Amino acid sequence: MQTIVFFIFAFIAVAAAINMLVQKHPIHSALSLIVVMAMLSIFYVMLYAEFLAVVQVIVYAGAIMVLFVFVIMLLNPREESHRTRQNRFLLVAGVPLGLCLMAEIVILLRRAPLGENETGRQLVGTTEAVGRVLFTDYLLPFEFISVLILIAILGAVVLTKREL
Amino acid sequence: MVPLNYFLILAAILFCLGVIGFVMKRNLITMFMSIELMLNSVNLTFVAFSRHINVLSGQIFVFFVMVIAAAEAAVGLAIIVAFYRNRESLNVDEVDRMKL
Repeated sequence: MQTIVFFIFAFIAVAAAINMLVQKHPIHSALSLIVVMAMLSIFYVMLYAEFLAVVQVIVYAGAIMVLFVFVIMLLNPREESHRTRQNRFLLVAGVPLGLCLMAEIVILLRRAPLGENETGRQLVGTTEAVGRVLFTDYLLPFEFISVLILIAILGAVVLTKREL
Repeated sequence: MVPLNYFLILAAILFCLGVIGFVMKRNLITMFMSIELMLNSVNLTFVAFSRHINVLSGQIFVFFVMVIAAAEAAVGLAIIVAFYRNRESLNVDEVDRMKL
Protein backbone atom coordinates (compact mmCIF):
# COMPACT_ATOMS: atom_id res chain seq x y z
CA MET A 1 0.00 0.00 0.00
CA GLN A 2 2.71 2.46 1.02
CA THR A 3 4.77 1.48 -2.01
CA ILE A 4 1.87 2.28 -4.34
CA VAL A 5 1.47 5.70 -2.71
CA PHE A 6 5.21 6.22 -3.01
CA PHE A 7 5.18 5.45 -6.74
CA ILE A 8 2.27 7.79 -7.40
CA PHE A 9 3.94 10.72 -5.68
CA ALA A 10 7.38 9.86 -7.07
CA PHE A 11 5.90 9.96 -10.55
CA ILE A 12 4.34 13.37 -9.87
CA ALA A 13 7.63 14.68 -8.46
CA VAL A 14 9.69 13.52 -11.44
CA ALA A 15 7.09 14.80 -13.91
CA ALA A 16 7.08 18.21 -12.22
CA ALA A 17 10.89 18.31 -12.23
CA ILE A 18 10.97 17.49 -15.95
CA ASN A 19 8.30 20.11 -16.55
CA MET A 20 10.53 22.61 -14.75
CA LEU A 21 13.26 21.96 -17.31
CA VAL A 22 10.97 22.00 -20.33
CA GLN A 23 9.14 25.24 -19.54
CA LYS A 24 10.64 28.35 -21.09
CA HIS A 25 9.28 31.07 -18.83
CA PRO A 26 10.81 31.21 -15.31
CA ILE A 27 7.43 31.58 -13.58
CA HIS A 28 6.27 28.23 -14.96
CA SER A 29 9.49 26.62 -13.78
CA ALA A 30 9.00 28.13 -10.33
CA LEU A 31 5.46 26.76 -10.04
CA SER A 32 6.67 23.29 -11.08
CA LEU A 33 9.40 23.46 -8.45
CA ILE A 34 6.76 24.21 -5.81
CA VAL A 35 5.00 20.98 -6.80
CA VAL A 36 8.26 19.06 -6.39
CA MET A 37 8.72 20.53 -2.92
CA ALA A 38 5.20 19.61 -1.86
CA MET A 39 5.84 16.03 -3.01
CA LEU A 40 9.09 15.94 -1.02
CA SER A 41 7.12 17.04 2.02
CA ILE A 42 4.86 14.00 1.51
CA PHE A 43 7.94 11.75 1.35
CA TYR A 44 9.16 13.23 4.63
CA VAL A 45 5.86 12.27 6.23
CA MET A 46 6.28 8.74 4.84
CA LEU A 47 9.75 8.64 6.45
CA TYR A 48 8.35 9.75 9.82
CA ALA A 49 10.05 13.16 9.70
CA GLU A 50 7.00 15.18 10.68
CA PHE A 51 8.81 18.34 11.72
CA LEU A 52 10.79 18.49 8.48
CA ALA A 53 7.65 17.92 6.42
CA VAL A 54 6.08 21.01 7.95
CA VAL A 55 9.29 23.03 7.68
CA GLN A 56 9.62 21.99 4.05
CA VAL A 57 6.23 23.49 3.26
CA ILE A 58 6.69 26.62 5.39
CA VAL A 59 10.30 27.48 4.55
CA TYR A 60 10.78 26.10 1.05
CA ALA A 61 7.38 26.38 -0.57
CA GLY A 62 6.26 29.25 1.63
CA ALA A 63 9.30 31.49 1.94
CA ILE A 64 12.03 30.66 -0.57
CA MET A 65 9.75 30.03 -3.54
CA VAL A 66 7.66 33.11 -2.74
CA LEU A 67 10.92 35.06 -2.85
CA PHE A 68 11.65 33.54 -6.25
CA VAL A 69 8.19 34.35 -7.58
CA PHE A 70 8.48 37.92 -6.24
CA VAL A 71 11.80 38.43 -8.01
CA ILE A 72 10.42 36.97 -11.25
CA MET A 73 7.41 39.30 -11.10
CA LEU A 74 9.64 42.26 -10.18
CA LEU A 75 12.05 41.74 -13.06
CA ASN A 76 9.43 40.51 -15.54
CA PRO A 77 11.90 38.59 -17.72
CA ARG A 78 11.16 37.52 -21.26
CA GLU A 79 10.92 33.94 -22.39
CA GLU A 80 14.16 32.14 -22.92
CA SER A 81 15.17 31.79 -26.55
CA HIS A 82 16.80 28.58 -27.69
CA ARG A 83 18.04 30.00 -30.96
CA THR A 84 21.73 30.64 -30.35
CA ARG A 85 24.35 28.09 -31.29
CA GLN A 86 25.75 27.91 -27.78
CA ASN A 87 22.34 26.94 -26.41
CA ARG A 88 21.99 24.13 -28.89
CA PHE A 89 25.46 22.84 -28.01
CA LEU A 90 24.56 22.79 -24.31
CA LEU A 91 21.32 20.97 -25.08
CA VAL A 92 23.17 18.32 -27.08
CA ALA A 93 26.00 17.96 -24.57
CA GLY A 94 24.26 18.53 -21.26
CA VAL A 95 21.25 16.25 -21.49
CA PRO A 96 23.15 13.04 -22.43
CA LEU A 97 25.76 13.79 -19.77
CA GLY A 98 23.08 14.24 -17.14
CA LEU A 99 21.31 11.07 -18.23
CA CYS A 100 24.61 9.13 -18.05
CA LEU A 101 25.15 10.41 -14.51
CA MET A 102 21.61 9.38 -13.60
CA ALA A 103 22.00 5.87 -15.07
CA GLU A 104 25.30 5.44 -13.26
CA ILE A 105 23.91 6.39 -9.86
CA VAL A 106 20.75 4.31 -10.30
CA ILE A 107 22.71 1.20 -11.33
CA LEU A 108 25.05 1.62 -8.39
CA LEU A 109 22.20 2.11 -5.95
CA ARG A 110 20.36 -0.97 -7.17
CA ARG A 111 23.39 -3.11 -6.30
CA ALA A 112 24.48 -1.29 -3.15
CA PRO A 113 24.56 -3.51 -0.06
CA LEU A 114 22.61 -1.18 2.18
CA GLY A 115 21.89 -3.71 4.90
CA GLU A 116 18.69 -4.38 6.72
CA ASN A 117 16.59 -1.71 8.34
CA GLU A 118 17.43 -1.21 12.01
CA THR A 119 14.77 -2.93 14.01
CA GLY A 120 13.48 -2.01 17.40
CA ARG A 121 11.86 1.26 18.43
CA GLN A 122 11.72 3.54 15.39
CA LEU A 123 12.59 7.17 16.00
CA VAL A 124 9.95 9.63 14.86
CA GLY A 125 11.12 13.13 13.94
CA THR A 126 8.56 15.05 15.94
CA THR A 127 9.19 18.66 16.89
CA GLU A 128 10.06 17.55 20.41
CA ALA A 129 12.59 14.92 19.34
CA VAL A 130 14.25 17.17 16.74
CA GLY A 131 14.33 20.11 19.14
CA ARG A 132 15.88 18.01 21.88
CA VAL A 133 18.75 16.93 19.61
CA LEU A 134 19.10 20.38 18.07
CA PHE A 135 19.47 22.19 21.39
CA THR A 136 21.78 19.67 23.04
CA ASP A 137 24.13 17.94 20.58
CA TYR A 138 23.95 20.57 17.85
CA LEU A 139 23.70 23.75 19.89
CA LEU A 140 26.96 25.30 18.65
CA PRO A 141 26.21 24.81 14.92
CA PHE A 142 22.75 26.20 15.59
CA GLU A 143 24.19 29.39 17.07
CA PHE A 144 26.69 29.75 14.23
CA ILE A 145 24.03 29.28 11.60
CA SER A 146 21.91 32.03 13.17
CA VAL A 147 24.87 34.40 12.75
CA LEU A 148 25.25 33.19 9.15
CA ILE A 149 21.65 33.96 8.28
CA LEU A 150 22.00 37.42 9.86
CA ILE A 151 24.99 38.08 7.59
CA ALA A 152 22.94 36.85 4.62
CA ILE A 153 20.19 39.37 5.44
CA LEU A 154 22.75 42.19 5.65
CA GLY A 155 24.30 41.05 2.38
CA ALA A 156 20.94 41.03 0.61
CA VAL A 157 20.17 44.56 1.86
CA VAL A 158 23.57 45.89 0.77
CA LEU A 159 23.42 44.21 -2.65
CA THR A 160 20.01 45.57 -3.58
CA LYS A 161 20.89 49.16 -2.74
CA ARG A 162 20.57 51.50 -5.70
CA GLU A 163 24.20 52.48 -6.04
CA LEU A 164 26.43 49.46 -5.57
CA MET B 1 7.37 0.06 4.43
CA VAL B 2 9.03 1.48 1.32
CA PRO B 3 12.61 0.19 0.81
CA LEU B 4 15.47 2.64 1.23
CA ASN B 5 16.65 2.06 -2.34
CA TYR B 6 13.50 3.57 -3.80
CA PHE B 7 14.02 6.85 -1.98
CA LEU B 8 17.70 6.95 -2.94
CA ILE B 9 16.94 6.31 -6.61
CA LEU B 10 14.23 8.98 -6.61
CA ALA B 11 16.67 11.42 -5.02
CA ALA B 12 19.30 10.53 -7.64
CA ILE B 13 16.83 11.14 -10.47
CA LEU B 14 15.82 14.52 -9.05
CA PHE B 15 19.46 15.47 -8.51
CA CYS B 16 20.38 14.62 -12.10
CA LEU B 17 17.40 16.58 -13.40
CA GLY B 18 18.77 19.51 -11.40
CA VAL B 19 22.19 19.02 -12.98
CA ILE B 20 20.66 18.89 -16.46
CA GLY B 21 18.69 22.05 -15.75
CA PHE B 22 21.78 23.83 -14.51
CA VAL B 23 23.73 22.94 -17.64
CA MET B 24 20.90 23.40 -20.12
CA LYS B 25 19.22 26.59 -18.95
CA ARG B 26 20.56 30.03 -19.78
CA ASN B 27 18.27 32.00 -17.49
CA LEU B 28 19.87 32.98 -14.18
CA ILE B 29 16.70 32.45 -12.14
CA THR B 30 16.00 29.03 -13.65
CA MET B 31 19.59 27.93 -13.04
CA PHE B 32 19.19 29.04 -9.46
CA MET B 33 16.02 26.98 -9.14
CA SER B 34 17.90 23.94 -10.48
CA ILE B 35 20.35 24.35 -7.61
CA GLU B 36 17.42 24.40 -5.19
CA LEU B 37 16.17 21.16 -6.75
CA MET B 38 19.58 19.54 -6.19
CA LEU B 39 19.63 20.68 -2.56
CA ASN B 40 16.16 19.24 -2.06
CA SER B 41 17.07 15.85 -3.50
CA VAL B 42 20.07 15.62 -1.18
CA ASN B 43 17.75 16.44 1.71
CA LEU B 44 15.60 13.48 0.74
CA THR B 45 18.68 11.24 0.87
CA PHE B 46 19.52 12.51 4.33
CA VAL B 47 16.05 11.83 5.66
CA ALA B 48 15.90 8.37 4.07
CA PHE B 49 19.20 7.35 5.65
CA SER B 50 18.16 8.88 8.96
CA ARG B 51 15.15 6.59 8.90
CA HIS B 52 17.23 3.63 7.79
CA ILE B 53 19.87 3.71 10.52
CA ASN B 54 17.45 5.07 13.09
CA VAL B 55 19.45 8.17 14.04
CA LEU B 56 17.93 11.63 14.21
CA SER B 57 21.09 13.50 13.16
CA GLY B 58 20.19 13.27 9.48
CA GLN B 59 17.10 15.36 10.06
CA ILE B 60 19.15 18.00 11.87
CA PHE B 61 21.45 18.19 8.83
CA VAL B 62 18.42 18.72 6.62
CA PHE B 63 17.35 21.54 8.91
CA PHE B 64 20.76 23.18 8.49
CA VAL B 65 20.68 22.67 4.71
CA MET B 66 17.34 24.48 4.64
CA VAL B 67 18.83 27.43 6.54
CA ILE B 68 21.77 27.54 4.12
CA ALA B 69 19.35 27.40 1.19
CA ALA B 70 17.37 30.31 2.62
CA ALA B 71 20.53 32.38 3.06
CA GLU B 72 21.67 31.42 -0.43
CA ALA B 73 18.32 32.38 -1.94
CA ALA B 74 18.39 35.79 -0.22
CA VAL B 75 21.92 36.67 -1.34
CA GLY B 76 21.66 35.04 -4.78
CA LEU B 77 18.41 36.76 -5.68
CA ALA B 78 19.84 40.08 -4.48
CA ILE B 79 22.78 39.55 -6.84
CA ILE B 80 20.38 38.69 -9.67
CA VAL B 81 18.37 41.86 -9.05
CA ALA B 82 21.57 43.96 -9.01
CA PHE B 83 22.72 42.27 -12.21
CA TYR B 84 19.40 42.88 -13.95
CA ARG B 85 19.50 46.57 -13.04
CA ASN B 86 22.84 46.93 -14.79
CA ARG B 87 22.34 44.73 -17.86
CA GLU B 88 18.57 44.63 -18.42
CA SER B 89 18.92 40.89 -19.05
CA LEU B 90 18.92 37.61 -17.15
CA ASN B 91 20.99 35.66 -19.67
CA VAL B 92 23.93 34.01 -17.99
CA ASP B 93 26.06 34.45 -21.12
CA GLU B 94 26.17 38.17 -20.40
CA VAL B 95 27.91 37.54 -17.08
CA ASP B 96 31.36 37.80 -18.58
CA ARG B 97 32.88 40.65 -16.61
CA MET B 98 33.73 40.75 -12.93
CA LYS B 99 32.84 44.43 -12.80
CA LEU B 100 29.22 45.44 -13.08
